[in-house]
Amino acid sequence: MVEWLIEPLTYGFVVRGLIAGMLASISCAMLSTFVVWRGMAFAGDAMAHAILPGIVLAYILGISYFAGALGASVIAVVGIGLISRRGKLREDTAIGVMFAGLFALGILMMSKVAAFQDLNHILFGNILGVNTTDLTIMSVVAGIVVLATALFYKELLVTSFDPAHSAAIGLSPELIRYGLLSAVALTTVMAVQTVGIVLVLALLVTPAAAASLVSRRLSRIITLSIVFSVAATIAGFYGSYYLDFASGPSIVIVLTLIFIICWMSQFFKNWLLKFAF
Amino acid sequence: MPREEEVPALAIEQLNFRYPGTAADALKKISVTIMPGERVALVGPNGSGKSTLLKLIIGLEPLQSGSISVYGHTSTSCRHRVAIVPQRSTVDWGFPVNVQQVVLMGRYVHIGWMKRPKKEDIEAVDKAMEMMNITNLAKKQIGDLSGGQQQRVMIARTLAHDADLLLLDEPLNHVDINTQELIFHTLEKLSGEGKTAVMSTHDLGILPVHFSRALFLDAEIIADGAVSEVLTAENIARAYGFEFHGKPEEHQWLNG
Repeated sequence: MVEWLIEPLTYGFVVRGLIAGMLASISCAMLSTFVVWRGMAFAGDAMAHAILPGIVLAYILGISYFAGALGASVIAVVGIGLISRRGKLREDTAIGVMFAGLFALGILMMSKVAAFQDLNHILFGNILGVNTTDLTIMSVVAGIVVLATALFYKELLVTSFDPAHSAAIGLSPELIRYGLLSAVALTTVMAVQTVGIVLVLALLVTPAAAASLVSRRLSRIITLSIVFSVAATIAGFYGSYYLDFASGPSIVIVLTLIFIICWMSQFFKNWLLKFAF
Repeated sequence: MPREEEVPALAIEQLNFRYPGTAADALKKISVTIMPGERVALVGPNGSGKSTLLKLIIGLEPLQSGSISVYGHTSTSCRHRVAIVPQRSTVDWGFPVNVQQVVLMGRYVHIGWMKRPKKEDIEAVDKAMEMMNITNLAKKQIGDLSGGQQQRVMIARTLAHDADLLLLDEPLNHVDINTQELIFHTLEKLSGEGKTAVMSTHDLGILPVHFSRALFLDAEIIADGAVSEVLTAENIARAYGFEFHGKPEEHQWLNG
């Protein structure tokens, strides 16, 4: 058993993949709570899709895909802000327009330049294709996201619960919202490597969704989200290594199973309580 | 240097505001001065700009023209002295926080950004919860409470905040009679200590008992003064767009 667990870790690229997966899942889980409770799931999914042209462009230019993805996510965040800011359109409409437009552009670019195998990796993730540069950038980004969430925990709490009070005490709810959106963008870029564009949403939503079924304390929801997310990543990673499954879907399936277990446990708890009293 | 009591708690001059993309002014030529210790009722029909006015004071909407000052400072540089109990619909009651965490939010402006609460903050929170009779609810989720209990939590938050100017946006909606009495009792106590309260409300019947002054708003100020002077049948008819047909003695209660 131990051998079974250790064997994959003798290869450098496998260890890098596992570390990358952990970094992505921890950052995603950290933000997941706020994404779920502030109803930002759509924004998160949109962000994941909108970075596609950046990744393809980076591929064409031969630069780090991370730089390309970051550039595209900045364009997406600013674009959404500009369209919805004090205008006639609702924000989810603005997000929809940017999301579809940028994703279409990415697909178009990809159809002209990239081979199918690369396309597959971008859309569905390739946890074993992480190089050292990517890993360094990912560590920095994960560090920023985790640190920022911890430092601004109080501020995230008050702007989520009561924007009027936060404005009254001089904390702009808009500023925190854009900060959070940027953090989601950063995390998305990171998670694309492990689960791919199409499934990033699962890492941003499912951990906190599952945790919220088990606990109603914010700090515990965050902790549980991280535990669920890391567990799913490890399980998915070994599944991917031994059974030759694509890493993204493996991770997401495990995460979804965890969600189902949490959902069932809640049902059984109610059921047991009913009979106990 | 004027004495503190002579500096208005709130001074608004020539305030105009229009929501982007709309054709009419939400607020027109609002000028009003409120002194420390006053308890002012803000009345007017739906959409008359009551909430907008309060949002402008706390900076949730940007100032377009005119000026707002709080205790002689621009309202943006005087954050620690203004507290708001917002309209119920703007609060996410389902968000996973407990009562204690919400009351602690009143201390945030004293704690400072990115820092953790100190012992004195926790003490202020405990005291505020005790005053509003919610100590036993401290660990309960805010979403599990009744409307009246939730509103007591919000008042406790402003007590922990220890602000000098209290803005309350329709705090009496969905509130039981005991909580309503507790809210007024608390406001009266605070104004006795020199603090100022501005409350928007639809409940005109309570005005004469609990407020020293009323402000009748319908995009512009229709009337401003003692409650009995403001709540005339003519003003109400003008603002709400209907006429009273009864004999004068039948709406005597409105005149206090």
